[in-house]
Amino acid sequence: MKEKFLIAIFTLFILNQGCKKDSEYLDIKPTQVLSTELAFSDAAQVLSILADLYTRQYDDSRIADWRTVADFNEAFYSQNDQYNTYHGNNSWGFTGPNNFWVNWNYTYVRELNLFMERCATSTALDAPTKALYIAEARFLRASYYLTLTRLYGGVPLILKSLEYDGSGNTTSLQVARSKESAMYDFVISEAEALKVLLPANSATKARATKGAALAMQSRAALSAASIAKYGSSTPSVTLSGGEVGIPSSLANGYYTIALRAAKEIIDGSAGNYSLYKKQPNNLSENFAAIFYDKTQNNEVIWVDDYALKFRRHGFTQVNQPRFGAEEEEGGRINPSLNLVQSFEKLDNTFAPLATNTSSGDFIYYTNQEDIFAGRDARLAGTVILPGSTFKARPVDIWAGVQLADGTVITGGERGSQRTLPGKSAPEQVVGFDGPISGIEHSAQTGFYIRKYNDPAIGSGQRGIGSAVWQVRYRYAEILLNAAEASFELGQAQDAAFYMNQVRARAGLVIPLTAAEITFDRIVHERRVEFAFEGQYFYDLRRFRIAHKIFDGVALSQADLLSNLSSATKRSTQPYSLLPYKYYSAGSPNNGKWIYKVNLSGRVTGSDNWQMGNYYSQITDDILTNNPKLVKQPNQ
Amino acid sequence: MKIKFHYILFLAISTVLYSCKKDNYEAPKASLTGRIVYKGEPLNFEYNRVTYELYQPGFGKTGPITSIFTPEGSFVHLLFDGNYKMVVPAGQGPFVWKQTAAGKPDSVAITLKGSTNLDIEVLPYFMVKSPLISYAAGKVTGTCKLEKIVTDANAKTIERVTLYISKTQFADSQTNVASVNLAGAAITDLNNVSLSVTVPVLTPTQNYVFASIGVKFSGVDDMIFAPTKKITF
Repeated sequence: MKEKFLIAIFTLFILNQGCKKDSEYLDIKPTQVLSTELAFSDAAQVLSILADLYTRQYDDSRIADWRTVADFNEAFYSQNDQYNTYHGNNSWGFTGPNNFWVNWNYTYVRELNLFMERCATSTALDAPTKALYIAEARFLRASYYLTLTRLYGGVPLILKSLEYDGSGNTTSLQVARSKESAMYDFVISEAEALKVLLPANSATKARATKGAALAMQSRAALSAASIAKYGSSTPSVTLSGGEVGIPSSLANGYYTIALRAAKEIIDGSAGNYSLYKKQPNNLSENFAAIFYDKTQNNEVIWVDDYALKFRRHGFTQVNQPRFGAEEEEGGRINPSLNLVQSFEKLDNTFAPLATNTSSGDFIYYTNQEDIFAGRDARLAGTVILPGSTFKARPVDIWAGVQLADGTVITGGERGSQRTLPGKSAPEQVVGFDGPISGIEHSAQTGFYIRKYNDPAIGSGQRGIGSAVWQVRYRYAEILLNAAEASFELGQAQDAAFYMNQVRARAGLVIPLTAAEITFDRIVHERRVEFAFEGQYFYDLRRFRIAHKIFDGVALSQADLLSNLSSATKRSTQPYSLLPYKYYSAGSPNNGKWIYKVNLSGRVTGSDNWQMGNYYSQITDDILTNNPKLVKQPNQ
Repeated sequence: MKIKFHYILFLAISTVLYSCKKDNYEAPKASLTGRIVYKGEPLNFEYNRVTYELYQPGFGKTGPITSIFTPEGSFVHLLFDGNYKMVVPAGQGPFVWKQTAAGKPDSVAITLKGSTNLDIEVLPYFMVKSPLISYAAGKVTGTCKLEKIVTDANAKTIERVTLYISKTQFADSQTNVASVNLAGAAITDLNNVSLSVTVPVLTPTQNYVFASIGVKFSGVDDMIFAPTKKITF
């Protein structure tokens, strides 16, 4: 009886399962993967896909990776495993240090194209939202192509998703490189179309706006113009097909576009943008605040945004002053004297920092910061100087004690103690922030980086991190773009007008006259305004000055301290400026500060920029996969 | 115990059986050697600077074997027999490499069958002739003649002449202990170029240095060198 019952039960089960058709049985919808139809059937879902595309925007210099922001001897890298990569070798590879100069991400391009195609057929979105989302993806695509163009010159321009037909023949998927000028033309025309599709709202920072489109247009046109103009000085950096190099006859046309786009933003048609001037009484803090103040910041146009708990980075964690830091690390980027001394004096002249009198004696400063007095306010906004504070905590940067007889007493550890002559008890003879040669994460050049360091409590902790945004475009760049384009078009009066606004914000209130605007001035202004923002790399390339600055010849101290205003001044090695406390009981100078220019023993190479560095390498794996690609020149 | 022995025997036999199969190519045997020369005289370069590419067409995707000339301008490869093409990419080297009508660097066809020695003739922009390096009173002095070779549209001007001294035989811009430059514009007589540099304190001390004279041309990355000379004092 019992057996019969069991058999009956089993039969029921079998019948129940067997009822399903085979095709249905095997076709189970995955519960973890969204199909394309499902993903685009819901407005919130589409927005989250778009958000993902935003987080994948790429810039060569990223605050999420500190090593990308301060190459080219603008800083010394105070970390044991970086000395050799950045300061021990002589040349940059064609893919850049740590392959930072290459990024051939056509997966991203494809997914942007797919997003636009799928969004267009989605029924879940209303028409205005759909149009906006597609315009935003279009902006991201143009922005990424601009990044690629600035790295490689002409690249394959793929504007729809490519499908492989399975035939074994991939020729239809192989696209040749466009001309470099065609790439810039593409970005310029996309921006032209997008400026009417995107909202003119200066309160939106993290998403594409009319302001961002115009800023992109201005930057692209200016890059193209300067390559056309200054590319003629390096005739070997061209390809016969135009994939690299732009004819010089096109320069004026591009400058005109760059100026027009910049003027549209300056005129206010894209929203209310202006220079950040919230703290007129502390211009240095005001300058630093551009990067961390997220409320009502009218200077910033477009950012790669971060938010605590969701998307954060450790820039402050790895670059905060080491002494008393929120984590037992920091201080990796040490701005070099090369950069620090290039900040002008308030009378618009250049001068090295005064360490010695003309007769060779030391100059004695009562306070450590006195040596930097009367300089461009951006200096203290970009660099943490000895004697200054961060997060209301003073930094402790001094290299040792200088005695009257010329000997120096110092120690090999942060905050070392020694007994000074004539005293009985040991006392501190070196700062807790260094500088001590070879002690990583200390201020080995005598400076820390200020820009992008987050003053929020906890920003230096690994578990919390920083939400400071990475600025992609800001209003000061628009003004300097306008200044450069005006200058190149022969409108020096306008150039002075635009540049003086940026300078006045930094405390340089004596205006430059039209005659004082020169090529060197423009290069210099961009270098100090955009230090550590990634612009310097592209300026070196587009002005074709890098091979003169990095000529492979060791930088002597005399060279370092002379000719500061020149745009092609040699800068092959990063120098330090070390503060010492003067000790001579009874002397009026006892306890005062002196400074010495120094080259770290870790700097053993002198950088040599090769012609092949003007464009990043298209690596062999890419070249072999697509025989239509032509190689870069000089590589 | 016996069982364990069986296992070992089984493993041993299986190893012998399966390892018998030829599962590998024979290692390449044909050596390709050669130098970059001008009228039979070898050119000297800097360490790790002048690159060249070897292609072996006919095997699907073509990718180069990228390599670098030694400071003595030579190259060595162990390869399989076959047809190869050698090319120096545009912009590499202090010399003019043959070009095709389209302006691309022309390749040198190499048929490799057994070991081959191949000297490749190029036109350097300048040659460093009769270099003479001497030591006296703490100073190394180098003199040489510079002979202009390329005079057509490809001609380059001298940016600078540099005397390098080094603790090792790599006396070049990358590993020198002292150097002195003479700007191209300051050269009055190409037949009499003279430079001298003080030998710095060497740690650890050694009673010899290596020295070489290099010439840098405007718009060309790579320098041309005189042969490195060891000087004992």
